[in-house]
Amino acid sequence: MNSAAKTNHVPVPNTTVKPNSGDSKSIYSIQNFSLWYGNDQALQDVQFDIPANNVTAIIGPSGCGKSTFIKALNRMVELVASVKMSGSISYNRKDIFSPKYKVEELRTNVGMVFQHPNPFPKSIYENVAYGPKIHGIKKKKVLDEIVEKSLKGAALWDEVKDRLQENAFGLSGGQQQRLCIARCLAIEPDVILMDEPTSALDPISTAKIEELVQKLKEDYSIVIVTHNMQQAARISDKTAFFLNGEVIEYSNTDELFSNPKDKRTEDYITGRFG
Amino acid sequence: MVAREQFETDLSNIKEEIMVLSETTENALCEAVDALYNQDTELANQVIDRDKKIDEQEHSINDKTILLIAKQQPVATDLRRLIIALRITTDLERMGDNAKNIAKSTIHLGENHHLTIHHEIKQMRDMAVEMAHTAMHAFQYEDISIAGKLSEMDDQVDKLYERIIHELLTETATNSEKIQFVMQMAFSARYIERFADHITNIGESILFLVKGESYKLN
Repeated sequence: MNSAAKTNHVPVPNTTVKPNSGDSKSIYSIQNFSLWYGNDQALQDVQFDIPANNVTAIIGPSGCGKSTFIKALNRMVELVASVKMSGSISYNRKDIFSPKYKVEELRTNVGMVFQHPNPFPKSIYENVAYGPKIHGIKKKKVLDEIVEKSLKGAALWDEVKDRLQENAFGLSGGQQQRLCIARCLAIEPDVILMDEPTSALDPISTAKIEELVQKLKEDYSIVIVTHNMQQAARISDKTAFFLNGEVIEYSNTDELFSNPKDKRTEDYITGRFG
Repeated sequence: MVAREQFETDLSNIKEEIMVLSETTENALCEAVDALYNQDTELANQVIDRDKKIDEQEHSINDKTILLIAKQQPVATDLRRLIIALRITTDLERMGDNAKNIAKSTIHLGENHHLTIHHEIKQMRDMAVEMAHTAMHAFQYEDISIAGKLSEMDDQVDKLYERIIHELLTETATNSEKIQFVMQMAFSARYIERFADHITNIGESILFLVKGESYKLN
């Protein structure tokens, strides 16, 4: 393991924000990004651009840093006290770790869906209306519209429209996960981060979420961490393969799964390790 | 335990069966040409009978390969290994058909045609057999430099084929009553030429496996 960085966040000179870095369609630009938990380095010189209105899959064996990476994209990783970083992550050409950047603004634009569905212990309606309410929307008519639009966007409306006031815990696991996606859509983000969103779901629910992801990419940029290689191959446009905190290969998904350039990628995707 | 040991074992078994099938088709060609030269219709009938065995071997390999794709859902080189297993098996089965067709020509010619079989058909057969050995060597070791040699070998077979056909056409001009027998000889040369073409297809499959792109060898 490499030694820890000296400060909490050390921007790399001249690479903090590159106005011309990446192409104009990139939503995130990651430059020489490294991260440590105490003295343990979890990410090392990560560098690639995440395109807008695409599905980008992050794959790699357990402990390779993929969840750390996705949590860096919405600064959730900062909740760990011992974390230190260097390099930069730019969202829409602004360095998200800049002292001027407000984390609330970032989280409004970047929603997240987790491995296990985590609805609030409230009604289906309240789960979706919660975000807009804390953003100051009070009119019932407006909230009703947001709830309907979000549930339709998450392909759940038809299944729950007659029982919006029932407790969300009464939904199946797959429905709960789609409710969490609806909750995420209600705040109208640009990006949806998904950390293994189907690993706790049955095959039918998984297929529904996968179809949903394909539809959502028309309006949102999606970054998905998955252990399911076939899922990454099915639903993503770009794939980044992480190993021991490094990005070993980042390319078009079709290319990475048919003709990977690095032998370590080939060994991983063909199941020879991990 | 090595990761994906079962996959490796199943893949290795499929590869082994393909090499056995290649040997069977090669033997079929050798015997078919021997039968042609020796006017041995009994041996020719045996070649035709044994083609059913080749078809069975082809089905067996295809079934095992499809099952392995379904069970293991391979990607990248592993997927290409199984795709080319299907392709190569199809080529080998067609090569068996070519050997069978030579045997049928021998039966058409009968035992009393009083015709000298063109001496270079045997040479063509030997060249095709050498190509089959080269292809299987390249397949076994996934070696594209060996596979690349098949292009030149096939060119030599094609040149020999053209020469044989030219000479046989000259013969039909001077010996018109034998035309139907000479045609059977020309067909036999054509079947060997096709046999060699299928071997270059195998070479192309090996190039596809290693490079991940399609290449032409003939």
